[in-house]
Amino acid sequence: MDEKLKNELSKQGIFTTTLQELYNWGRTNSIWPLNFGLACCAIEMIATTMARYDMARFGAEVFRPSPRQADLMIVAGTVTKKMAPQVVRLYNQMPEPKYVISMGACAISGGPFKQGYNVLKGIDRFIPVDLHIPGCPPRPEALLDAFMELQKRIDRQPLTGADRPRHLNADEPSEFPVPRFGAHDLEPAKNTAVWKAPLVQIAQAGKDESGSH
Amino acid sequence: MNLEAIKSEVEANVPGCRLEMVANPSPSDQHSLRSDAEHAVAVAIVLRDAANLRFDFCSNVTGIDWPSREVSEKVKVKKLVDGVEQEADEIRKTVVPGCLEVVYHLFSVEKKHGPLVLRMRTQDRDAGVHLPSLTPVWRSAELQEREVFDLFGVVFDGHPDLRRLLMWPGFVDHPMRRDYVDPDDYEYEPTAHDEVPRRAQQHRGDAGGKQLSEAEGG
Repeated sequence: MDEKLKNELSKQGIFTTTLQELYNWGRTNSIWPLNFGLACCAIEMIATTMARYDMARFGAEVFRPSPRQADLMIVAGTVTKKMAPQVVRLYNQMPEPKYVISMGACAISGGPFKQGYNVLKGIDRFIPVDLHIPGCPPRPEALLDAFMELQKRIDRQPLTGADRPRHLNADEPSEFPVPRFGAHDLEPAKNTAVWKAPLVQIAQAGKDESGSH
Repeated sequence: MNLEAIKSEVEANVPGCRLEMVANPSPSDQHSLRSDAEHAVAVAIVLRDAANLRFDFCSNVTGIDWPSREVSEKVKVKKLVDGVEQEADEIRKTVVPGCLEVVYHLFSVEKKHGPLVLRMRTQDRDAGVHLPSLTPVWRSAELQEREVFDLFGVVFDGHPDLRRLLMWPGFVDHPMRRDYVDPDDYEYEPTAHDEVPRRAQQHRGDAGGKQLSEAEGG
């Protein structure tokens, strides 16, 4: 509908909307996160929900203890290889539409533990991540910013067409393979359907150029 | 409390035990006692129960991996050179066999002294990795001995619940051993440094050529 006409009509006391706007308006303002934290980032996440930062302003104060009732998974903290299958399993148990915020350096890439033997090098190896928040840990403002960005993205999602979101496309998967515990590492160590390694020219490493392109 | 005094007191109470002072040359001056494995439990009980020792709290258990290493030393050897006896230097190489070591830090809450550093060594790093568990003496050692079992592979005989602690049950390696080879899961490193570039090169050499061309094509 034409925006000008819509504004004009609303001045005359006639409220017009579309199904898409109504649908997205409802979803945007009641994103219920899954109630789990993995490390120190969880403390910042908890602080975000408390009175000072008050995530309830955005309709997200209801942290659900069950993945069946959750819309958003905030991966807050270090994902160890031992924990990774459980995180993927929880994600699989969430109903669509579902979103993932990867909070903090560890959940993005393994962070300071990247070269360790027991830490997953980023949860985006196994599940699709909508937003990454850098920081160690990120401040509550950063989490709120990511949350508002997620709201903006949900608000823009079209209900039909080729670029409709995953949950409206029957061909797109809503569950992802859970890695198994192998003898030396998780098997598989990454889901190549979800995650592609960024290409970095290692020959450039250590020089002034960043080596990435 | 003087470590020599502790050593002689324990030796008097545990007949046949072989205690060894391990000097720490660093400014911390924190010397330790190394016990033989057979008498370790008896030694631990004396340390805990003797009236003037009373080490009632085991605060820390950790492991050390000593891989077998080659030691070369110069030895003066008398040799016959052109019929004349001469002294010549010869380098002799001996292999010091490796072992695993477990270190206990003990404190006395009652007597307010400590730490006492108690060590034990396994026979080798392959089959003879058995050591007596001190969990029956100090309950606080339970999880930490499990951790040492998990990460170093020391098998504690007499431990009530010896399972892996940090890694999963099907995991076969011991990650804190010096010869642990971690899985070749290198993809990229935004700030490559130290041995990361070498490992990256290795990864590219093994399987990376294909991956690289794929990524360039896509």
